[in-house]
Amino acid sequence: MNANAWMFLALFAAAAAAFGLAPLALAWLWARSFSPRKPGAVKNAVYECGLDGQPTGWVQFKFEYYLYGIIFLIFDVETIFLLPFAVACKGLSLGACLAMLIFILLLVEGLAWAWAKGVLAWK
Amino acid sequence: MKQELQNKLSRQGVLLTSVEELYNWGRKNSLWPLQFGLACCAIEMIAASMARFDMARFGAEVFRPSPRQADLLIVSGTVTKKMAPQVVRLYNQMPEPKYVIAMGACAICGGPFRDGYNVLRGIDLYLPVDIYIPGCPPRPEALLDGLIALQKKIAAQSLTGPGRPRHLRADAPGEYPVPQFGAHDLVGPRLPAAPETPDAHS
Repeated sequence: MNANAWMFLALFAAAAAAFGLAPLALAWLWARSFSPRKPGAVKNAVYECGLDGQPTGWVQFKFEYYLYGIIFLIFDVETIFLLPFAVACKGLSLGACLAMLIFILLLVEGLAWAWAKGVLAWK
Repeated sequence: MKQELQNKLSRQGVLLTSVEELYNWGRKNSLWPLQFGLACCAIEMIAASMARFDMARFGAEVFRPSPRQADLLIVSGTVTKKMAPQVVRLYNQMPEPKYVIAMGACAICGGPFRDGYNVLRGIDLYLPVDIYIPGCPPRPEALLDGLIALQKKIAAQSLTGPGRPRHLRADAPGEYPVPQFGAHDLVGPRLPAAPETPDAHS
């Protein structure tokens, strides 16, 4: 009885899989038996606006600014949390103060790590 | 039963004939044109796709902005020699099966600008054109007529035999040579002139 109750779910799952896979299988069979593949240099080109792609997409790129940017963003957001913390500092419980200190400690640790890695020195 | 159909049935069998019918029916009713306009004919092409003329009735309203998703290139207007390589490249990047409609006098033979120094004398110099639509520019009805003619052409194609369409033949080229800019003119191989117009492009 229980097995029968779950059987229709398995049937549905099989039907769903077949519904998705059958067209793919049919298309694959069709391509094999009738329609040969014809790849080519122009057809497989990356850029598809009629123009030739520029010589290469691989360029040297200075990414230091992005590290600066991300670090700035983190500490910029930190000030948003620090400001209300400073205002409400006197009325907070010990637990809340500890939580905030842990939060600041985590960020300071991140800053120390970035410093040690030399991210802050512009090369 | 028509004699023609009877011949076909005896040659190919019921299954292949039915598959062929289904395949051609699907192809002819889902022509997705490339969203690509060249000149004033493009305005008529746009009008044909809008509500008044409503190309959607023939399954061809889905203008795709990428050649990867399109299978009908409507060459709508004057092809300048500067633009010709781009047109050929776009055609090459379309997946098979693909069709070309030369819309208007310019796309067919250069039209009123035929003697211009920078005008290509017909896109059929470089691409295999399926349907030519005369006019300057052709009205949207003419484009629809051309589309229906293309659908009829597709419906009449067979899956097997020597007369089968290009995309089903392994030996037929998948790409057409892209013309290059020479010192004074486009250089590179051209397609042979159509037999009914032996002197068309001399």
